[in-house]
This record gives sequence, structure tokens and C-alpha cells, in this order.
Amino acid sequence: MPRMILSHFEAALLFALFTSIVLGVVTHNTDRERLRYGLYVFGCFLATLFGLSWLMYFGHG
Amino acid sequence: MAKKEKREKRPMPPVGAWGPAVALGWFIPGGGHFLLGKRVRAALLFFAVTCMFLLGLMMRGAMFTPQSGDILTIAINYGGFLGNLASGSLYLLTNWLGYNQPDVAGHVHDYGTKFLVTAGLLNILAMVDVFEIAAGRKS
Repeated sequence: MPRMILSHFEAALLFALFTSIVLGVVTHNTDRERLRYGLYVFGCFLATLFGLSWLMYFGHG
Repeated sequence: MAKKEKREKRPMPPVGAWGPAVALGWFIPGGGHFLLGKRVRAALLFFAVTCMFLLGLMMRGAMFTPQSGDILTIAINYGGFLGNLASGSLYLLTNWLGYNQPDVAGHVHDYGTKFLVTAGLLNILAMVDVFEIAAGRKS
């Protein structure tokens, strides 16, 4: 098994991607609603990722 | 309130209706959806859970084993173990092939450990979805 070294951002992005896919698939009743919810969750992950990153950046001075 | 009461009164479907699909969904991520004829959803779940698990392995994440100790140690290790176990055949195969990564410091290992547990937790969500589809509560 090859070894993988990822940055915080890359790892969090992949985590958000795969989690959003599953959350999109297992919720709602139509494909359109699932797609929209998956994209919404992915957007929320990204917003949180960038938001917390900036917060930590300013928090550290 | 009325809606809540209505939800509570739904009868439990027979195990034969959902048991095989849920069991297959545990063993092979997306397998339950495949058995119920939801091929695209099955493929997406298989892709997402398997990639999450394989990335966890490639980042050399640690597997949890049940450990006794204080309440926090028990909660973390048993919870993590159940999360790992929920990946089904991926976890069993990994253990069978002798994967034994110690828990070491470093953000990559830490992400790997979380990826391995989350793959199992996402598979639990998929199993709940399979149950709801098999029970006729969802399309």
C-alpha cells in the first residue's frame, strides 16, 4: 500500500468530498434533491474549513 | 405531536424483508442498495466509503481495539472499534492481511485514523438508508 502525505487542507477537502457524497445519497427522495443536498453539505464543509482556518490564523496573531 | 405519534406507531417490518440487504450493506459498502436495485446509489456509496477507507490506510491511520481503563478510554476505544468494524469486509480484509499501524503523533496519521473510523460511520448511515428502503419507508 503506497504511503500518502497530505496537507491539512487536502485531507479536509477529501474528507468533505466523500462525506458529502454519502450524506447526499442517503437523504431525500429524488435524485435532484440528493444532488442539491450533497452540494449544499460540501459547500458547508468548505465554508467551515475556510472560516475556521482564518479564525485560527487571526487567533495566532 | 401528532406527527411524532404517527411515526412511533409504524410497525417493524419482518427481518426477512430488510435483514439480508442490511447485512450485505455492512459487508460490502453499497451492497444493500445494489441488492435493492439502486445501482447508481450503490456505486456512489461503494466509491465514497472505499476511497475514504483506502485513504485512511494510505495515511497509515491506526485501527482501534477495545481497551479497558477510565471511562474516556473505554468510550474512545470501543467507539473507534465499532466505527472500524462497521466498514465490514474492508476492515476484516485489512486485519486479515496483517495491517497493524501503531498510533503515532503527526497530522497525517491522525487524519488517517479519522478517515478509517468515518468510513465505517458513513457505512452505518448507508445501512440505515437500506433499512428504510427495504421497509418501504423511502424510495
